[in-house]
Amino acid sequence: MAQDWPLWEVFVRSRGGLSHRHVGSVHAPDPEIALRHARDTYTRRMEGISLWVVPSAQIVASDPADDAAMFDPAADKVYRHPTFYSIPDDVTHI
Amino acid sequence: MYTTELSKTTNVASTEDPDKLAAFEARVAADEFIEPKDWMPEAYRRTLTRQISQHAHSEIVGMLPEGNWITRAPSLRRKAILLAKVQDEAGHGLYLYSAAETLGTSREQMIEALHSGKAKYSTIFNYPTLTWADIGAIGWLVDGAAIMNQVPLQRTSYGPYARAMVRVCKEESFHQRQGYEIMMAMCAGTADQKRMAQDALNRWWWPSLMMFGPPDADSPNTAQSMRWRIKRETNDELRQKFVDITVPQAAALGLSIPDPALRWNEAKGGHDYGDVDWEEFYAVVRGEGPVAKERIKARRDAWEEGAWVRDAAAAYAAKRNRKAEAA
Repeated sequence: MAQDWPLWEVFVRSRGGLSHRHVGSVHAPDPEIALRHARDTYTRRMEGISLWVVPSAQIVASDPADDAAMFDPAADKVYRHPTFYSIPDDVTHI
Repeated sequence: MYTTELSKTTNVASTEDPDKLAAFEARVAADEFIEPKDWMPEAYRRTLTRQISQHAHSEIVGMLPEGNWITRAPSLRRKAILLAKVQDEAGHGLYLYSAAETLGTSREQMIEALHSGKAKYSTIFNYPTLTWADIGAIGWLVDGAAIMNQVPLQRTSYGPYARAMVRVCKEESFHQRQGYEIMMAMCAGTADQKRMAQDALNRWWWPSLMMFGPPDADSPNTAQSMRWRIKRETNDELRQKFVDITVPQAAALGLSIPDPALRWNEAKGGHDYGDVDWEEFYAVVRGEGPVAKERIKARRDAWEEGAWVRDAAAAYAAKRNRKAEAA
């Protein structure tokens, strides 16, 4: 039996103004067939108006083992959110 | 359900790192989702791979009983609907294969396991579809039972599986409704048509109840699977729910469920029903279903007859890559 075709990640833009969103993956030998498979597999019910397919091997992902180093530093920087600052009620439009 | 082998022994190996195992169990208990690159115990990975790939195989083999009727659907409307449903089943199989692949088993390995007879799929698909009414009964009962099983799995602990289930459940509800509509049409038709509908219900009722798997008492790993949120309700709980919602649906059709022991039990707030023939179930699991051989042969033939298309596509991709490198 032949080897599996390469894997492609599929992204769908559901309507104008929204970004493409990851919906799943397909196997395909080339970009055109990847698009066709993505269309048949993920857009049978008007789910979108635009498709991206990206070779899965090209995606660089963060390692869950490094989650703490990557994302925890944001946790103690609440001053990055507007609600951190208290402004008197009678001061408006701010 | 679509996972008849869930009751297989899963040995949670004592070789796992106890700290990692404890952290994993805590995450799952807190209803967090586990994602492909997260650490997971081998037994979790193995059980899930088996469950998801069986589920995928069931979707794929599930196209066959219905495909049998596409060319003989009684109207263009019914034919278009049936085609869309069968195409959905293919799509569901693909979502699920993709989810299973994230656990480290290749598509090729899974397909090979199906074709060699090593992998199981739902027992329900090894029964024949003899009349058009069977297409109605399958949509109503088989898809109904599948939905009952799949709805809780939208909250299963493994992220890719849960996400596949969300898509499947969203699409599956039309499957059940179109089946029920076929039954409604037949029950409102001639006496012969109504007889066909009753006959289909008679043949599909018990196999549908078997889809939920063996009784809880004979399903020793249910507790483990529930703890891991791979399974969210027991076989018997789901079977009871299915009986309770289906009885009034049959009554609305004017059909009778082929179970003399079936009656409302006020005290438990549910129906009592007769004993399922588990010997038949285990025989079908072993591969002795009425059309088991035919189903696998159809899958193998489709795979082999499609080989030249796959070869051509691969050759074309290789040629393009060569040209791109040369340029």
